Amino acid sequence: MGCGIVAIGASWGGVHAVSAVLGGLPGHLPVPIVIAQHRGEEGPTGLAATLGRRTAIPVVEAIDKDVLEPARAYLAPPGYHLLVERGGVSLSTDEPERYSRPSIDVLFDSVADAYGDEAVGVILTGASDDGAAGLERIRRYGGITVVQEPGTAERRTMPDAALRLSGAHRILTLDEIAPFLVKVCGTA
Amino acid sequence: MRPMADDRQPLRRRELEAVEIDLFADGIHEAYGFDFRRYSRPSFRRRVWRRVEAEGLTSITGLLERVLHDPAAMQRLLSDLSVNVSAMFRDPGFFRVFRAKVVPHLRTYPFLRVWNAGCATGEETFSVAILLKEAGLYDRTRIYATDMNDAILDQARSRSYPIAKMREYTANYIQAGGTRSFSEYYAADGDRVVFQPSLAENIVFAQHNLVTDRSFNEFHVIMCRNVMIYFDRELQEHVHKLLYDSLTPFGVLGLGGRESLELSGHRDAYEAMDDTERLYRKVA
Repeated sequence: MGCGIVAIGASWGGVHAVSAVLGGLPGHLPVPIVIAQHRGEEGPTGLAATLGRRTAIPVVEAIDKDVLEPARAYLAPPGYHLLVERGGVSLSTDEPERYSRPSIDVLFDSVADAYGDEAVGVILTGASDDGAAGLERIRRYGGITVVQEPGTAERRTMPDAALRLSGAHRILTLDEIAPFLVKVCGTA
Repeated sequence: MRPMADDRQPLRRRELEAVEIDLFADGIHEAYGFDFRRYSRPSFRRRVWRRVEAEGLTSITGLLERVLHDPAAMQRLLSDLSVNVSAMFRDPGFFRVFRAKVVPHLRTYPFLRVWNAGCATGEETFSVAILLKEAGLYDRTRIYATDMNDAILDQARSRSYPIAKMREYTANYIQAGGTRSFSEYYAADGDRVVFQPSLAENIVFAQHNLVTDRSFNEFHVIMCRNVMIYFDRELQEHVHKLLYDSLTPFGVLGLGGRESLELSGHRDAYEAMDDTERLYRKVA
């Protein structure tokens, strides 16, 4: 069981939480990161820049068929689902799932299918149950699952839902997540 | 790491599903001629699963059996697989730039042909019609709106949309630089609205499959937004060639906001007309 990709899902409070996780990662992480952060369809497009401010990992808003490169984070654009196939991304404008587009479930489901036991899924803060089914799929296909410790999340609904449906290999505080990812995925 | 009790079986399921998807695409191609073999795998897989569940089935192979023996089920699948654009004036900035930068160029032609490729239920087609009408160009324009799915074209021809969407569409229209009251363009009919027949006067709705059909005319503008995101790279390249071959010199290609020509072999044949919106002019 290696690590081929890290998928992060976050909603309410996620901008801070995702920044914190990315901030703890080294610029030579040997795998790509994909992120579904709930956001308004009309919102400003500065989120990638915001998330990239305090990390050595470049954060880009995904363009359809982008090639996935190590030590790079690909953010789902507003109004699109982000999906992954082995080595690349694909976007879709299909209907929102659980009122969300991007949807964490859609992303995680594709990550599980493409990477199987080389997938690592991380569920962070949020006031929604999106991501629980996707995390369960990652776990069922042999991947590693991480959930932010609900008591330390800005909104605990999403971590709670993920733990209920999927369970996690690790329940961690924000500070502990990046070191764990480095341990699992290595630093090349 | 806690080992899972049923560790091996789910992995096997994942491999089997990949086999089923290949069989599924091959079978439909053989039986119906629709070619989904080069569709982008993750979104194709999702849409197929949605149809599996909607049909009350439990496997992709089960769906294959049904669509092979029941053309009505095939039609339902086709509708799942051909819906793409979901809103009128989606990405208002695109239409604003279209007004500012494409319209002046179009004024230089006595007659205009526009192709809306993959028009689905026609939201984008009517957005373009409205825009050209307000620019005073509609009377000398013919819009060819095509989709692989005949049934969805009937929906587009009906010019009928849910009234609940009008709030969003009106906001988009205003942001896109619309100059009138959006409600002038439609009449309410229960919980639907019907757009003016005059908007459809110069629109030709026709069945055309980007994957298997050839170029059928030369166009001054081609809109193909968020259609190719459902294709894999190889098929995208094939369609890019088709679009390129279908554009007049200096013709304009409009793509979706997160589609890029950068990855295409045709990128040097175009020049970007704007820094952010995906409007390209054919220059070579």
